[in-house]
Amino acid sequence: MTVKQISVFVENKAGRLAELTDYLNQHGIDMRALSIAEAEDFGVVRMIVDDAYKTSCVLKEAGYVVSITPVLAVEIPDEPGSLYKIMKILGDGGVNLEYTYAFLTRKKNTAYIILRVENNERAVEVLGKQGIHTICQDAIAGL
Amino acid sequence: MEHYYQPEIECASREQIRAWQDERLVKTVKHVYDHVEYYRKKMDEKGVKPEDIKSVDDLHKLPFLTKDDLRDAYPYGLLAKPLADCVRIQSTSGTTGRRVVAFYTQHDIDLWDDCCARAIAAAGGTREDVVHVCYGYGLFTGGPGLNGGSHKIGSLTLPMSSGNTDRQIQFMCDLGSTILCCTPSYAAYLAESICERGLRDKIKLKAGIFGAEAWTEEMRHDIEEKLGIKAYDIYGLTEISGPGVSFECSEQTGMHINEDHFIAEVINPQTGEVLPDGEKGELVFTSITKEAFPLIRYRTRDICILSHKKCSCGRTHVKMTKPLGRSDDMLIVKGVNVFPSQIETVLLNQGYPANYQIIVDRVDNSDTLEVQVEMTPEMFSDNVGIVGAREKELVDALKSMLGIYVRVRLVNPKTIARSEGKAVRVVDKRNLYKS
Repeated sequence: MTVKQISVFVENKAGRLAELTDYLNQHGIDMRALSIAEAEDFGVVRMIVDDAYKTSCVLKEAGYVVSITPVLAVEIPDEPGSLYKIMKILGDGGVNLEYTYAFLTRKKNTAYIILRVENNERAVEVLGKQGIHTICQDAIAGL
Repeated sequence: MEHYYQPEIECASREQIRAWQDERLVKTVKHVYDHVEYYRKKMDEKGVKPEDIKSVDDLHKLPFLTKDDLRDAYPYGLLAKPLADCVRIQSTSGTTGRRVVAFYTQHDIDLWDDCCARAIAAAGGTREDVVHVCYGYGLFTGGPGLNGGSHKIGSLTLPMSSGNTDRQIQFMCDLGSTILCCTPSYAAYLAESICERGLRDKIKLKAGIFGAEAWTEEMRHDIEEKLGIKAYDIYGLTEISGPGVSFECSEQTGMHINEDHFIAEVINPQTGEVLPDGEKGELVFTSITKEAFPLIRYRTRDICILSHKKCSCGRTHVKMTKPLGRSDDMLIVKGVNVFPSQIETVLLNQGYPANYQIIVDRVDNSDTLEVQVEMTPEMFSDNVGIVGAREKELVDALKSMLGIYVRVRLVNPKTIARSEGKAVRVVDKRNLYKS
């Protein structure tokens, strides 16, 4: 089970992110999580949104280069040690992590982490064996 | 007082110069027709025989030669002497696919050195001078040309070659260099470095001979002031021999073309029609004393104006303005020839769209080259490392094609300025061609 992450290419220039978020605002897109990876001249904006398909259409229409990346989302208790637990399971299971970011929602005492791994199926299997379940796109939309 | 290296030639009457040109042109045309198949074919195609060329007045009957011809004929196709008679080659900056190799006999080198010696003398050089040459030595003609000219004058020659600014300045101070030969941008950089180190009083420079790239009057004043010298321009191209095809005198109002060796014409680049004095057009050279690699009506693609007005220096040879632009899209960046088409080829090979913009600028008197490329879905990844690695591959491929570092900037799609539906490929912010 994966969720759809929207990845957008953005030049590293003043006002570019304002422009991007303005488009999202105009189209009523609700963001769950945001992370930006930056290189010297550009960045990759990664978002988890309520409606991935609509977001990708809106941004492509506006001329952005967008890709939809299937990533894993895991619900964890908002307490010390819970991220470690997930990382340890993945590490022990030999799953290589490309990047990760976390977010909170209105749901009390709960945090979510997004995992971008080389092999989603393998990661789901490793986590599942330890009783950790990934959540689906619909669950994210409803948060 | 004006110095000359060969006053009897440099100040000869116009009639005398014309007589030399007539005689040498006829001889050169006959020689290439008899010995170079490439020329014979070109002339036959145009229906011109060597007998039709009786004087400079007939020059216009001959076909033009272009850089494409030189490429087609690479490497030996235009050689007019047996290889055994040649002693040296020089080559244009390493721009793949457009490389030009020029051959020289010992006699050719002698005459080329004479041309450079005239330039050094015009800058006040005598056998008492210390000539500091920091043009590159090697395939590039800058170092060998000025080096040879300095030898002819009998000056002490410092074959420094380019780079290592600390060593340049140290030699300049310790050995009392009096004439500096390098690119204007390097001269400006040296000037700044010398002033920064507070060594202005330790140097003995009186003149500089700066060429191989375009420079402005502002830059000239800046260098002259910082170094306390007089800065002279010099022009040349590998195809024709190298530096010293023309050079500035004390009047600093244009460069005297060595007309006893090269016949200059200015043409309309669209029609090929020869233009009169004072009109702006493409400079065309015919070398009339070269043995190994004589070029007939070679189109330089440099735009300039010729003037036969009497010069206060006493020289009678025609003067050309600094190049005022190019009739093709070639850029000269850090002394290296760059064609936008080369950059386009690399982009396509690397999987990028041919949607790009080249931005040339001059920062701290040094040229910079930036290529902006529009991002595409194919080249994009959510992994910034992958996009960065692809960008690095592009930088490396450009470097290996052009021989210089090119900064790559990935930009959003459809952000590169277009005018009338056609992309603006080159933005040159240097403003070098102010006339």
